[in-house]
Amino acid sequence: MTKLRVATTSLAGCFGCHASLLDIDERLFDLLQQVEFDRSPLTDIKHCGPCDIGLIEGGICNAENVEVLREFRRNCKLLVAFGACAVTGGLPAQRNHLDLDACLTEVYLTEPGLAHGGIPNDPELPLPLDKVHPLHEVVKVDYFLPGCPPSGDAIWQFLTDLIAGRTPRLGHGLIRYD
Amino acid sequence: MNSFTLDGAAIPFAPGQTVLQAALAAGRYIPHLCYHPEFKPHGSCKLCTVKADGHSIAACTLPARAGLTVESHTEEMDALRRTLVQMLFAEGNHFCPSCEKSGNCLLQALGYDLGVMTAGFRHLFPDRQVDASHPDIWIDFNRCILCEPCVRASCEIDAKCVFALSGRGIDKHLVVNSESGRLADTNIALTDKAVTVCPVGAILAKRVGFAVPIGKRRFDASPISAQALADAPRPLMPAQPCASCEDGK
Repeated sequence: MTKLRVATTSLAGCFGCHASLLDIDERLFDLLQQVEFDRSPLTDIKHCGPCDIGLIEGGICNAENVEVLREFRRNCKLLVAFGACAVTGGLPAQRNHLDLDACLTEVYLTEPGLAHGGIPNDPELPLPLDKVHPLHEVVKVDYFLPGCPPSGDAIWQFLTDLIAGRTPRLGHGLIRYD
Repeated sequence: MNSFTLDGAAIPFAPGQTVLQAALAAGRYIPHLCYHPEFKPHGSCKLCTVKADGHSIAACTLPARAGLTVESHTEEMDALRRTLVQMLFAEGNHFCPSCEKSGNCLLQALGYDLGVMTAGFRHLFPDRQVDASHPDIWIDFNRCILCEPCVRASCEIDAKCVFALSGRGIDKHLVVNSESGRLADTNIALTDKAVTVCPVGAILAKRVGFAVPIGKRRFDASPISAQALADAPRPLMPAQPCASCEDGK
């Protein structure tokens, strides 16, 4: 059997969803019988090649996130918003009702008790977007797996359904938004 | 006893009962959100929309009628309900990972039960405030879904009318009935019914937080659809002992 190719990445996320992926524990061995990883923190491959499934953790908060998301969309047959931030914007999107310039000014220049080292402006730093977006506001997303993070059991159920060619169904206890 | 059919099953009803009340009393679940078993039906959230003799209508305000044919658990109705839940999520700031109502929240539980995996729509991320002015109670307007149990409880049971809705359409919002608009300047009390009926995490008692941990909460035990009897109609329960009765009932 040809193995499915899976790519994963974390954009404006905390890698918690990736940590939860590792929580499928010994089922990782079963998974590796059926898939091989392309670009992922697990392989350290830098760019996504043609894949069957792309799992994207985190929302979109800067220009680099947009570039990576589009690279995944170009290369993945199925794109999955993986975890609360990818689905809703999550914690980083809690800044969305604030003005970005006011945020940066307060954190880097005026807030008492902070170092006031100046707003970082190294050209290598990706430019932040004025708002944080869930993935589906930027590209077409095929499936959504909510949860902060989704549990190992939810991820396993989701992936085994997807790999078997079924529409993932999580059911009580596995579908969670928190 | 008279009866109507709900998804093919006969549901008996008492005179004056609505389709939703009779269904819940019979242990049959119809998804609902703004309905509260102790208040007069309101019909605003439309989650309980069913097909009654072929017409889409809110079950909470539809009087039960002998011979009525009601369809509720169909893909068409559930798809409509999923869209309503998605719009409620996209319209407010519902950040479940930090909300102390998580696991006890009706909106969230409906989303779980209906299989809502994403809000789908563009999130509005509205700029709303928190009112923590009161010593015992706080309001997070980010989570308010304008369903009005607090408005009804505060007027009909607490006799204080602390809450009201103001504005129209997308500008509609919950207001606090005091000169300053702050909760601290009202006579609301922790024992008021209005404090306990919020189905989401908008009106909360302070110093409760995560005393009951995530995983041990109402909808962790079983899905909302398995708890129909919990919302069966029941008489009004005064929030405070009645001063005119010797035994406080």
